[in-house]
Amino acid sequence: MRFIDPHIHMSARTTDDYERMAAAGIVAVIEPAFWLGQPRTHVGTFIDYLSSLVGWERFRASQFGIRHYCTIGLNSKEANNEALAEQVMDILPLFLGKEGVVAVGEIGYDDQTEAEDKYFRAQLQLARDLGMLVQVHTPHRDKKRGTTRSMDVAIEMGLDPGAVIIDHNNEETVAEVLDRGFWAAFTIYPETKMGSERMVEIARRYGSNRIFIDSSADWGKSDPLAVPKTARLMIERGIARSDVEAICYRNALAAFGPGGQFREEDWLTRQPRDERLLYLGNSVLRGQEPRVDELPAIPEFDERQIVK
Amino acid sequence: MSPVELLGRMLAARLPDAARAWLANGIDRCNAGIADRDLYLLMSGVSRHVGKESLALTAAELAAASASRPGWDPRDWTLDQAVRVYLLCASTSDGALMSGRLDRLCSAADIGELVAYYRGLPLYPDQPRHALRAAEGVRSNMRVVFEAVAHRNPYPSEQFNEAAWNQLVLKALFVGSPLSPIVGLDRRRNPTLARMLRDYAHERWAASRPVSPELWRCVGPFAAGPVLEDFARLFERGTADERQAAVLALGEAADPGAAQLLELHAPITPRAGDSALAWERLTAAGT
Repeated sequence: MRFIDPHIHMSARTTDDYERMAAAGIVAVIEPAFWLGQPRTHVGTFIDYLSSLVGWERFRASQFGIRHYCTIGLNSKEANNEALAEQVMDILPLFLGKEGVVAVGEIGYDDQTEAEDKYFRAQLQLARDLGMLVQVHTPHRDKKRGTTRSMDVAIEMGLDPGAVIIDHNNEETVAEVLDRGFWAAFTIYPETKMGSERMVEIARRYGSNRIFIDSSADWGKSDPLAVPKTARLMIERGIARSDVEAICYRNALAAFGPGGQFREEDWLTRQPRDERLLYLGNSVLRGQEPRVDELPAIPEFDERQIVK
Repeated sequence: MSPVELLGRMLAARLPDAARAWLANGIDRCNAGIADRDLYLLMSGVSRHVGKESLALTAAELAAASASRPGWDPRDWTLDQAVRVYLLCASTSDGALMSGRLDRLCSAADIGELVAYYRGLPLYPDQPRHALRAAEGVRSNMRVVFEAVAHRNPYPSEQFNEAAWNQLVLKALFVGSPLSPIVGLDRRRNPTLARMLRDYAHERWAASRPVSPELWRCVGPFAAGPVLEDFARLFERGTADERQAAVLALGEAADPGAAQLLELHAPITPRAGDSALAWERLTAAGT
């Protein structure tokens, strides 16, 4: 089985993670632009960060046989520094048209302040003007209300629900998101947000229509193998294979595909041109790519891989 | 015909109608003196409009390219790369303005864009002004970006000082990149580079790691005294490719010791007629 992790902050992860992800069958990832754990203070650091998402990090992923895409936006936390936010809004258009930028994101609410609302709306407008998809981060606190409000504002700003991915859902939010025609993504976190066990129950109850999962792994405690591990658990608990494939691969492709930048052929076919992207000329897949019909093993963390 | 006119002609013959119209509009805006911000937006969307297929130039077009700009070899260029360089060149003929725009474009570029901007180096106005930009490309960790400067690009051999040139050649070996596509490789050989390459070979030998046979191409003309010991080692312990490389390299040495070494180890090896071609064959065999 192949997997997509449509929300993971690879810049914060190690090469060991990339190796284990490739071995576990992850073929493509989407890295949303987010904050770095502490607020940035200059627009220049935003520029360098966004340029690494379309440049270096994508290249680094390619070394491990994983296709890397990103979403570009001003995150809700840093929208609260209005002087800086204005400058960031000015430079976003420079990045939104780049190759492999699959959506405007991750944007939305954190504390649900006025400033957050202002820049969420401005970016929704940008997405509408450019005909781009939107990836919405829903808040940790006051989540249910924040999720409803995110969808209200998206519709108010003229976005088609089918072009908006609502992320970090839970049992309390999913029904409304699906009822209103948005995509519902779930972040599988070891302790907060959503655990694999709970996800199995959601799959049982809601099926696989417009639902998919991601790891949102970043610089905090999180698991870059959350998608394949949850897939394994779902299979073990008797969820139909076709539903598991939809939740862990096909629906992410269907959600992000219409932007034209997220194409299955990118990872199914290897163009001769792409081979030149490989540093030292070696693909890291080395025959590890699992057959489509089998569930790849979840690799153990292996200390011997550290050769420093 | 100027290289930029030639690019326009190559593209017109290949782009579908919609993309050709989009490009014509972009070129009109560039010719009219486009603002920086508009140029950056135009550039950032290029691949979405024209795609990334190979330019697939004919032999006649490649000949026309090198006639219009000696050393220019766009055989590996893609449509999006050609369009980026075409638009950029149309946007200004002022070297300082071009250099500032390149800095800004490169600071926000994706990988495909970086490759295009570096491949375009031989076509920009005020050539010497872009040497630091080119050296920045050589410093890249991304092999494809490094090769955009290093391979089939006459710019480094024309504009790099000796230190920068030597770093380029040494780095090519470090990242496993072939030497033969480097334009001006033979012309820019120098004793310092030969010393650096021998030190590098000794390091690799000490670690029991292979050494690219191509390395000796830059050492050959300086093969004398202790350098000959390296060649003796190639003959005695090297692979077939390494022995072939030693023969080719020593063929360019003036020192009588080199001739003796050749006589001793390769008395019946026919001398290569075209040594550049023979080195290329060695490159192909090694990759």
